[in-house]
Amino acid sequence: MKKLSKQIVFYCVLIGIWALVAKAHIWPPYLFPPPWGVAESLWAGFQDHSFWIGIAVTMKRMLIGYSLSVVLGMILGLAVGSYKFLEDTLGGLLVSLQSLPSICWIPLAVLWFGLTEKAILFVVLMGSLLSVTIAMEDGRKQMPKIYGMAGRNLGAKGFRLFWSVLLPASLPFIVSGLKQGFAFGWRSLIQAEMIFLSLGLGQLLMMGRDLNDMNQVLAVMILIIILGFIIDGLVFRTMERKLQERWGLVPA
Amino acid sequence: MSTNPQNAYPIPPDHRGIIGRANVLRGKPVSSVAVLPMRPESTQVVPKVALDGISLSYKTNSKGRLIALENISLQVQPGEFLCIVGPSGCGKSTLLHLIAGLHQQSSGQVLVDGKAVSGPGTDRILIFQELGLFPWLTVGQNVEFGMKMKNISKAEREEKIQYYLRLVHLSKFRDSYTHQLSGGMRQRVALARALATEPDVLLMDEPFAALDAQTRDLLHDELERIWAETGRTIIFVTHNVREAVRLADRVALMTFRPGRVKQEFAIHLPRPRHIEETDVARTAREILDCLRDEINKSLEVEYADEKAK
Repeated sequence: MKKLSKQIVFYCVLIGIWALVAKAHIWPPYLFPPPWGVAESLWAGFQDHSFWIGIAVTMKRMLIGYSLSVVLGMILGLAVGSYKFLEDTLGGLLVSLQSLPSICWIPLAVLWFGLTEKAILFVVLMGSLLSVTIAMEDGRKQMPKIYGMAGRNLGAKGFRLFWSVLLPASLPFIVSGLKQGFAFGWRSLIQAEMIFLSLGLGQLLMMGRDLNDMNQVLAVMILIIILGFIIDGLVFRTMERKLQERWGLVPA
Repeated sequence: MSTNPQNAYPIPPDHRGIIGRANVLRGKPVSSVAVLPMRPESTQVVPKVALDGISLSYKTNSKGRLIALENISLQVQPGEFLCIVGPSGCGKSTLLHLIAGLHQQSSGQVLVDGKAVSGPGTDRILIFQELGLFPWLTVGQNVEFGMKMKNISKAEREEKIQYYLRLVHLSKFRDSYTHQLSGGMRQRVALARALATEPDVLLMDEPFAALDAQTRDLLHDELERIWAETGRTIIFVTHNVREAVRLADRVALMTFRPGRVKQEFAIHLPRPRHIEETDVARTAREILDCLRDEINKSLEVEYADEKAK
């Protein structure tokens, strides 16, 4: 049986069980929303555009926050990976900071930036920056030295050496870190959006809670899962596959 | 290679030395090895590359300093093919890295055209033993890389990519990635990439060591042909004496710890040569006798290192 058909059957069964349990009325619908209720809520959400807006706002934040952390993380990681002094000092701090869930920054972020876009972006940044930095630092060290030497030998230096040689040479070693950074950033973003009025998916979820509308809560949860899954599948899987093909890491 | 390469490959106008090189191809009739006196100062022409009292020492983790290279002086004339031979660990690769400007010597000077070298430069391109081809670029893009760094115009780059890929017989593989190629083909990509930046001096670090004998023989022929067509100065490092005799105008023999130039041999065998020729074998034998002491010394030290652990 093909993988896809297996998955379709699996999800049908899952929803079937969910429907049966809901039908049995063990719990009232406001505690255990039925699949048709969630479907209705999804439909309504897209009809009145609130879900479209939520998705757009959330994706925009993710894009900005994540791009920022990739750029900063690469610079920082490269610096830490290149200089022993930074590695011994800053390197340790970065690793220990990674154990801190980035949502812990929200009180400070709100204090510094107010209840604004900036506060949310800051939390996203803190969520994914460290993963990217640490990945880049590792990538810099794991990357075979020969590429840097060959690049310098062929006349590359400074920014061009970084952009044309060091960065592409380290990509296979940092792609998992980039992915992890995205996952952390995505979580941090939804968490941050749940804290205050922000128009994103996180707020839509909290709105469902405030209205005691568990259909909407579940509908938004499903949206968040699907979006994360699509990005992982489209962006990162494609990137990994391309890299593997080019580098010959798996038979192409 | 049945066709005459001189006709098969159009030679761009900026390839100097082609005419001069053709004379060398005809070869000198003398067929023996001549031991050259160590020349302290050279004569008329400014040498292409001159090593002037190069020394290099490392701090070892246990006891003091290890002298890798000691007072090496060598001169390479424009268009000359010099092979450096020595036992493993004698510092011959390191010497190439110094000429390429990728490392800094402890004392002494590397002079190219009489000017001291202070870092990497596209006038000297090193072909690494591990090649260092960029796996994220296609064959064509690899060849293009050095020219891009030199800010050569797109049209000119395009022309040269085609020319050099044709020179190494890889035109059909322009859009392949390097891992899709065989060892010998990769070797030729590295050669094309180095040649495309049009360096005066080509530095080659045991480039054919990992290849099977047939491929290596073929690449020897091609390298000799390309050298003749482009008139580059080549410094080629190998531990294979026969390979050195097969290729070089002159062979410099290095000693082991400290690395010194023990002796230089001029090879006056007619070109094109072949590695299985008796003259090549006989000449190699003569050099090998000198090298043998050094190999033994290097093995003794390695065994002693083993025991010390």
